[in-house]
Amino acid sequence: MQRLGALLRRSQGDAVLAPQLLRTYSTMQMTIRDALNSAMDEEMARDETVFVMGEEVAEYQGAYKITRGLLQKYGPKRVRDTPITEAGFTGIGVGAAFQGLRPIVEFMTFNFSMQAMDQIINSAAKHHYMSSGAITCPIVFRGANGAAAGVAAQHSQCFAAWYSSVPGLKVLAPYDAEDTRGLLKASIRDPDPVVFLENEILYGESFPVDQAVLDKDFVLPIGKAKVMRSGTDVTLIGFGKMVGYNLKAAELLEQEGISCEVVNLRSLKPLDREGIAQSIRKTHRVVSVEEGWPQCGIGSEIVSIAVEECFDDLDAPPERVTGAEVPMPYAANLEAAALPTTDHILAAVKRVMGK
Amino acid sequence: MLAAWRTVAQRRQCPRAPALLAAARHLASQTATASAQSASVAAEVPSSSSGSEPSARLSSSSQQQEERMDFPGGSVPFTAAMSFLGGTFSPRAPLPCYRTIDSAGLAIADADIPHELDQETAVKMYKTMVTLQTVDVIFYEAQRQGRFSFYMTSSGEEATAIGSAAALTNDDVIFSQYREQGVIMYRGFSVQDMAHQCFGNIHEQGKGRQMPIHYGSKSLNFHTISSTLATQLPHAVGAAYALKLQKRNACAVAYFGEGAASEGDFHAALNFAATLKAPVVFICRNNGWAISTPATDQYRGDGIAGRGPGYGMASLRVDGGDARAVYNATAAARKIAVEQQVPVLVEAMSYRSGHHSTSDDSSRYRAAEEMRQWRARDPVARFQRWLVDQGWWSDAQDTSARQEARRDVIKALETAQKAPKPPLSAMFEDVYARMPWHLEKQQAEVFAHVRTHPDACPADIPVK
Repeated sequence: MQRLGALLRRSQGDAVLAPQLLRTYSTMQMTIRDALNSAMDEEMARDETVFVMGEEVAEYQGAYKITRGLLQKYGPKRVRDTPITEAGFTGIGVGAAFQGLRPIVEFMTFNFSMQAMDQIINSAAKHHYMSSGAITCPIVFRGANGAAAGVAAQHSQCFAAWYSSVPGLKVLAPYDAEDTRGLLKASIRDPDPVVFLENEILYGESFPVDQAVLDKDFVLPIGKAKVMRSGTDVTLIGFGKMVGYNLKAAELLEQEGISCEVVNLRSLKPLDREGIAQSIRKTHRVVSVEEGWPQCGIGSEIVSIAVEECFDDLDAPPERVTGAEVPMPYAANLEAAALPTTDHILAAVKRVMGK
Repeated sequence: MLAAWRTVAQRRQCPRAPALLAAARHLASQTATASAQSASVAAEVPSSSSGSEPSARLSSSSQQQEERMDFPGGSVPFTAAMSFLGGTFSPRAPLPCYRTIDSAGLAIADADIPHELDQETAVKMYKTMVTLQTVDVIFYEAQRQGRFSFYMTSSGEEATAIGSAAALTNDDVIFSQYREQGVIMYRGFSVQDMAHQCFGNIHEQGKGRQMPIHYGSKSLNFHTISSTLATQLPHAVGAAYALKLQKRNACAVAYFGEGAASEGDFHAALNFAATLKAPVVFICRNNGWAISTPATDQYRGDGIAGRGPGYGMASLRVDGGDARAVYNATAAARKIAVEQQVPVLVEAMSYRSGHHSTSDDSSRYRAAEEMRQWRARDPVARFQRWLVDQGWWSDAQDTSARQEARRDVIKALETAQKAPKPPLSAMFEDVYARMPWHLEKQQAEVFAHVRTHPDACPADIPVK
């Protein structure tokens, strides 16, 4: 009964910012890996112009096994292993998209996308505008973003801030299996280039999904945040893995009598400015939580929204919790120290609460 | 191998000795390749005390049998001789340059002409060259007068662009660099279209979004020009891949200069096109100069065509100043690409007679004598001479064609300059397929601002 009440409370929050989902008693568990795999599988079955390319995606079944089984099902023309050239296969994907296919380009990690940055931004993002609509680029760039575990400086950077600043790109960051399925399917169907930021740590994690999510036409709207947990005292804003941290922090804070509203951004571009502002005006306090570096991070944009659009409703200055401003160290203790923890979130909340 | 196992069996008095010997005999009867592999296995077999190496006991017959090895990348022959190839060692002669008309415009006897030029095509090619030369001269002057901000001529490379364009079909998708205006003109982009684009006015398809000379036309299958160098090369491969999956009777064509071929995207595109078996024709305009960088500073190998075979790609070097040779080379390359579904590389050797752009003064870094020599081999003059020799053109026709072209170009410039610029609302359109709400909001803010502060908006931009 209590669980049902919790579900109802959450779905009331949902109603404000996301379409109603049918809640049933029978839910199953799905890993992020399976959510990604099933979304791509269904979209490839639905539309023969959709194809996957990247390093190790075919024979090896994916560096993180995300594309498991797709080669066997769709053949080597639609699941292509590429030579090691991010600039090359990204450019080729862009050209194929210009010509009417719908590529899903996998970066083993978005850290390697830096070698393809020009193709993503100067070609994929800008060509629709530069050609005044004559050229479209319905491409999805997906892969692991942000910190993993023990992979150090060149494999741990978060690219959310860089990509989400570019007009012409759409940038998504799912948290749970429902986000992952709905947003990836929406991305593949979208006519614009989409950067889809996953998290390696979450690939193996399971989340409950209900029947509606499993439907082969389940899509979520791009540009809408989701209230994961309704609250009244402070708004915790994050995306990807940090949503889980915020939810955990909210549970701990509830025991201390602080009611947190947890907002899952889902979409970094377009950013749901109105949804974010609505939540902040309701709770009067906001803490943004992200793994990436502080300067010009996503948190900077959250704070701007809070100040520009909710100034009169704020009871405390907005706060940001971010990763440390260092290239990620390797040693496990240093790596842990460089990333946000639930304790950091608790401390930030207490500061804005004046406690 | 047989000897090695026998040694082991004997030394160790192994109970499995008979079985081992039988296995060794079986292996020895296999091919040279297998014996080469098992020779390395035998080398790992631990021998007992005496310390003699198993390899010394290999029979000389199995050594002689090792002539090649199947590596994962393919079969490779062995040699006991060590000889470097390339660089300063045994330099190879450069790939020869195919031509059918000499520098004076006289047809070369017995030249390979697999694709004869008919009169209609040849005259269309020449007339386009005349228009192109006229446009280049007058638009360059217009930029100098401040009528628009930027221009690039293609003097000296008219035959490369127009000769190749004439050999393609309209279904072939073109990705160009920036000096191929002859290609889009041949396809039907008018002088008026070009003028509209350079002025960025309301009539141009690009809605004033891009710098001058960044032409594009969806209906003519010519991709809008992108300033970033060589990024169009992987695009062309991707488009070719799409054509392949769509089973179209068409290829993708990518134009680029010898300087752009130094970019990483060139390597990725060619290597990848070969592995993907993409039907794409790469056409390099080797015009000797990349702004002020001469080709000798751009590469040390045999130009660009010399790189093609390294990627496993059919390659041809052609005289870029000979329109008929370029036409034949492109037609042949296209045929290979479409019929065999593989990439092909064509390098057209020519010379950039003009400056890099209106932002450049090449007299600062080039010898006047060099430029004079190349102007004397003007591709348009060479083709004109050949055309006249065929009886398909006359001096009178030439004079009138040039006068008409001049009139058209000047009129086009005037019309384009007078036309209004795109409206303010065009600034926010086409960022995405459908305008998202945050851009709608920003657009509304801009309009509200301009209504209360009319001076904020330039006078020639319609506020709508």
